Amino acid sequence: MAFDPTRDYPLGARRPDLVRTPAGVPLADVTLEAIRQGTLGADEIRATPETLRMQAEVARGAGRTQLGENLERAAELATVPDDLLLEIYTALRPGRAAAEELEEWAVRLDGFGASKTAAFVREAALAYAERGLLAHA
Amino acid sequence: MPSRRFASRATRDLHLEQLVSPLPELGLVAANGPVDPEPELVTEDGVVTRMDGRDAPDFDVIDRFVVAHGLDLDVAYEAMATDELTIARMLVDVDVPRAELVRLSRGLTPAKLARVIGLLDPVELMLALKKLRARRAPGNQAHVTNLKESPALLAADAAEAARRGFAEIETTVGVARYAPLNSIALLVGSQTGRSGVMTQCAVEERRNLELAIRGLVTYAETLSVYGTEPVFVDGDDTPWSKAFLGAAYASRGVKVRFTSGTGSEALMGYAQGMSMLYLEARCLAVVRAAGSQGVQNGSISCVALVLSVPGGTRAILGENVLAAWLDLEVASGNDAIASHSEIRKTAKLMGQFLPGTDFVTSGYSVMPRHDNTFGGGNFDADDLDEWLTIQRDWQVDAGIEPVTEDELMRVRERAARAVQAVFADLSLPAISDEEVALATTGYDADEMPDRDRAADVGAADELLARGASGLDVALALDRHGFADVAEAVLGMQRQRLSGDYLQTAAVIGADGVVRSAVNDPNEYSGPGTGYRLEGERWELLQALPQVVGPADLLGEAEGDEAIASEGGIAAKGDEPAEVVIAVGPAFAGSIRRTIAGLDHRAVLDAVCEGIREGGGVPRLVRVRRVADVAFIAHDGAVLSGSGVAIGLQSKGTAVIHRTDLQPLDNLELFGMSPLYTVESYRAMGRNAAGYALGKRVGPVPTQLDNFARAKLIVRTTLLHARETQAIVPGGAPIELELVVAPVA
Repeated sequence: MAFDPTRDYPLGARRPDLVRTPAGVPLADVTLEAIRQGTLGADEIRATPETLRMQAEVARGAGRTQLGENLERAAELATVPDDLLLEIYTALRPGRAAAEELEEWAVRLDGFGASKTAAFVREAALAYAERGLLAHA
Repeated sequence: MPSRRFASRATRDLHLEQLVSPLPELGLVAANGPVDPEPELVTEDGVVTRMDGRDAPDFDVIDRFVVAHGLDLDVAYEAMATDELTIARMLVDVDVPRAELVRLSRGLTPAKLARVIGLLDPVELMLALKKLRARRAPGNQAHVTNLKESPALLAADAAEAARRGFAEIETTVGVARYAPLNSIALLVGSQTGRSGVMTQCAVEERRNLELAIRGLVTYAETLSVYGTEPVFVDGDDTPWSKAFLGAAYASRGVKVRFTSGTGSEALMGYAQGMSMLYLEARCLAVVRAAGSQGVQNGSISCVALVLSVPGGTRAILGENVLAAWLDLEVASGNDAIASHSEIRKTAKLMGQFLPGTDFVTSGYSVMPRHDNTFGGGNFDADDLDEWLTIQRDWQVDAGIEPVTEDELMRVRERAARAVQAVFADLSLPAISDEEVALATTGYDADEMPDRDRAADVGAADELLARGASGLDVALALDRHGFADVAEAVLGMQRQRLSGDYLQTAAVIGADGVVRSAVNDPNEYSGPGTGYRLEGERWELLQALPQVVGPADLLGEAEGDEAIASEGGIAAKGDEPAEVVIAVGPAFAGSIRRTIAGLDHRAVLDAVCEGIREGGGVPRLVRVRRVADVAFIAHDGAVLSGSGVAIGLQSKGTAVIHRTDLQPLDNLELFGMSPLYTVESYRAMGRNAAGYALGKRVGPVPTQLDNFARAKLIVRTTLLHARETQAIVPGGAPIELELVVAPVA
């Protein structure tokens, strides 16, 4: 059955069939037994981009535009490595990065298919340039 | 000569705090500041060219971010054209739906939002908050920390917090490297107390994210935003960096709420002459624009600064309302210490407590505030019974449940045992049985044995290095006989897969089902709607451990040995020195002691002795038709040879009366029965005899205890009920004779 953002929330209770680990294990199979057997590792316990996109749709369906956009960015970032996330965050802090560096991060984000987040970084770079918040190279 | 009353008041705790007059230049003005900008929004071809007193080229990062992400121009034309008073009236109109107000808010600039809120008085703000809260049911968040970072005590306190109904529990660290250990203690403890409670460990972002990725915590609220650009930048962030971080957390399945609050800009030196409420409106506009589901606001750590200026408490409530209006989850402060004065801080609390918020406090200190390493503890372990009683008084659910001592000891001990087992299983420094025992019953960390802190932090580093996660915690619990806690910890891992708690105002029920503004929205629209404390929940919140059944309070009438024997109908006496002792219907019968605990026999003996000492002749009668002491005494006086009588109610209240006086008048009234001794009753007898013989009588010195009523009014009521139950309607007074006292 297709996902309906206005009826299928909460996913965990109403549509567990739609929730899977990154390797495709259904929510119902995330059990102590599976962990005991070693068939399910800690890396598998994370929301997939698909799940986060469904949550973005739920937010939009409830009229929450910005929360929806945030969850879209989250979906894009789900596959970006942890260290990279923190490096991009640091680059976005005031006075840390020059315009070119922020552009490099945007390009890398595009490489992960994170086009909305990339646009967000480019938008920041423009604002920072106007407000003197770029690194003085 | 200075006033001794001023001097007395100056010693009150309130005067430890500084009150100041407004100084807008420094941002020391609560709301409606003299240079707060006029609300305005100008667009050209769908592009914002001017907002709230600034042209687009002069927009700072906050303006730019809000214009880019926070304003719905389709609504803005209508919303900005609507008169402020009209919108303010809509906020309190139960017939205007919340959804309509949220829609309008999307088109309002920060200056206009602040202006509208500034038009509401405190009671209107409370009604607006009740109406605008995102989730139907209110909730609460706990702080759990301790000075020794004792894992057993953290787990026990987390278990208590969970068992008491807190939906979220927050801890932090004194030493950053403790973070994984404290997070594990909190996770294990919380899931022992009630499955589904969310936890967080407030630490630096990188650590925080790492803990979340490992499934040791499930939410974060460390993302602070500020209302002016220089303060934002001093906080080492911009709206874009904070919004990115929010998305990064969400991408790892972490519930995030931002933090803001009035007063921070003034405290950090760049309020730019603006009022606190206006700057908070700018913060909240950023929070929504960033796509955060919610915010922790209500001044938070700056609360004492806001309370130093006029209207501070109102402004703080106003900022909570504003956040709710912007459709954000609100954890509404009341965590940092607002005042030294118990009266003042409780008065401030009522603004959030009565309407209810998603989290009435951003951290109720479940342990004594001495152990609260957030600098919090506005309300703490010692205040819990007051909190519960105030909930019961108002019939209001402020998110904390009463639990019996036995049950709490059971839960605390089990949580301490569970974390002991997890530490052992993960080869962390051992938790001793002594620690478990003291964590169960102790008062605070001072009573806990010192741990080898070097070993603890070393083990914490090593734990992270080998990649331990929430799954390891679940397996450890399962291996050591805590299967249910293991399942609950696993349940929290599963929640990270579905991400349901990323929606606005989400909490997790004991059944593992997420309840948020999506599937449990607040639809309050006046009496009979919305969340109402009734049914089972109301039964639960009124059943405090110290509550007793009124029927059990007095116990059965004690002793059946007769004190006095009843004779025939009493006639008027003719002895001129006679003083009648007229007792109430239940005296020495179904009631046998005064409220002060004096045996009725001893009271009667004392009164008789006093009368004789005064030269009078005592005679005992029982008045049966009435339980009021004035009528008892006057009925006695009518029968008295001298015309003077003492009336005695069973609870010990006494009146000296005379036949020629109106029943509700008297010669002397002794209404402080809890204070009387046998000697008091002897003195009453002496005076009554004095009146009977026409002597000059100085009234018996009276004592006063204005708290006696508050302490004893329930017992008084019950005793009086027993007295009225003994009334014989229309029954004439009868003679009483003291039975011969047994030889001692």
